[in-house]
Amino acid sequence: MSGAARGLVVDSVTGIDVSLSVAGPGARAYAFLVDWHIRLILALAWFVIGALLCNGRFSLAPPLMNDARWFGGVVAPALAIYLLYHHAVELAMRGSTPGKRMAGVRIVARDGGVPGAGALLIRNVFRLVDSLPLFYGVGLIAVVLTRDNLRIGDMAAGTLLVFEHTDARLPTPASTAHRASGLDAVGAEIVAELLERWATLEPGARVRLARQVVRRYGADPGEPGNDDDAAWRTRLERLARPQ
Amino acid sequence: MNGSTRQRALSVSLLQRADLWRQAESRTRRLARGRSDDAADATSLADDYRLLAHDLARVRTLMPDSRTREYLEGAYARAHATLHHGAWRIGSELLTLWRDEIPAVVRWLRPYILWSTVIFALAVIGGYSLVQRYPELIALFASPDLIASVEHGQLWTEGLLNIVPSSVLSVQILANNIVVSLFAYCAGFLFGLGTLYILGLNGLMLGAVFAFVSLHGLREQLSGFMVAHGCVELSVMCLSGAAGAAVGEALVRPAQAGRIESFRVAALRSGKLLIACALLLVGAGILEGYVSPDPRFALWARIAIGVSYWLFMVALLSGWLFGRRARRPAS
Repeated sequence: MSGAARGLVVDSVTGIDVSLSVAGPGARAYAFLVDWHIRLILALAWFVIGALLCNGRFSLAPPLMNDARWFGGVVAPALAIYLLYHHAVELAMRGSTPGKRMAGVRIVARDGGVPGAGALLIRNVFRLVDSLPLFYGVGLIAVVLTRDNLRIGDMAAGTLLVFEHTDARLPTPASTAHRASGLDAVGAEIVAELLERWATLEPGARVRLARQVVRRYGADPGEPGNDDDAAWRTRLERLARPQ
Repeated sequence: MNGSTRQRALSVSLLQRADLWRQAESRTRRLARGRSDDAADATSLADDYRLLAHDLARVRTLMPDSRTREYLEGAYARAHATLHHGAWRIGSELLTLWRDEIPAVVRWLRPYILWSTVIFALAVIGGYSLVQRYPELIALFASPDLIASVEHGQLWTEGLLNIVPSSVLSVQILANNIVVSLFAYCAGFLFGLGTLYILGLNGLMLGAVFAFVSLHGLREQLSGFMVAHGCVELSVMCLSGAAGAAVGEALVRPAQAGRIESFRVAALRSGKLLIACALLLVGAGILEGYVSPDPRFALWARIAIGVSYWLFMVALLSGWLFGRRARRPAS
């Protein structure tokens, strides 16, 4: 096992190393913010529903006297949801959380595997240090300064956050269709991706990209003023799947 | 055949294997989630792993910046993790943690536990001696309300349940204790000095308060209040101090390749004990909220509860509760 710049490289018996890209502060912050909102909403939902049930009327006000039912049924579970969210969810989701899924990252041990229960719990215990003095100051500084973007909890638990590539898709179904068009495999990928993203691109941008692709693969790009994007889409489709 | 034609032919033939990659990926995910116990599936995973390795190597050369490569990198990493680590089963992970890993940590930490206990005991003696000789120094360790209550011949714990219900008291206490315990451990990150400070400060406070109540003839009452929850609470303080000290020593005298690596190994190993400590403190907090302030519990009952809970702690930390038995050499 060895570490490469901005990535974890794990040796394998096949001789082909496993290469994992390490997530940076941006992906970490994105995942954290999503999770923070989820746990806040869950905790608030529990509090509101619990308070309404406990009060028996439309009021969230705590009772005037200390009330064990209020504390045990409303406040303590809401606090537990907020404080133990990461511990419980990371254990249940094998080193992931909804926020991490959305950010496309997951926690791995240094050998590339799923970390053990102990490592996941220790990683979260060290949030106490990482969150000091406020807004995860220590953790953020550690992430920025360390090569593998590790916070103190990751150093202690021997874990790191890597990109998962679960949303990576193969560009086209296995076929030999594009062979007839003169496209190579990379070209077929580019055309397929452009067609996939067609609707999300600005009309001017997609016509410009289509013209570049068509020119690159040896077809006649047509008149410079021809901006009919439906026609360009058809040309790309023909390029990828010639009749 | 020229180079570029050859490369194109290779790329095309590679992409024709996409269905095999998809099958491999789906089998890997099924096995990783423990949703398949099919032996044929498990055997196929080894073949999948070789297939993905082989194709990934070619894609890295032929299509280095493609989505195909991104897909294969992810699929290969998942196949590697599943083949080398097996399915994730939370039940067996937790059982292994409690039955094997935590007892092993306790055995490893024995010298640290001994030293933490000695430091804590010395701090208690120090605090006791200090306040016994100079009673006015209690102001350094205790709140004005506590001092006023003891000076009126009454422990601050008396009538506590009239003010705060047991459940509220329990949660407040256990939350506070868990935070102190975790800080004692995490403070080991400061080369062990933070742990030493927290152990020393808590020991001094305990000794000082005991000396102060003794001066006002309330020592038996305070001992009676503390015995049910205190045996485990104070032991856990020493345990988390020991875990923090191990982390501190790993930074001061790194045994592994480097300081960070040494810290990582020590923290990962010793930190497992903190999970047990946190759970034990939940129990201690419940006792402190429900039993300790309740005058209906006689002293003998408190002692029995305190000793039983301490023995439970020993059984938990040695793994006996989870079926661990001392191994005998094979005859």
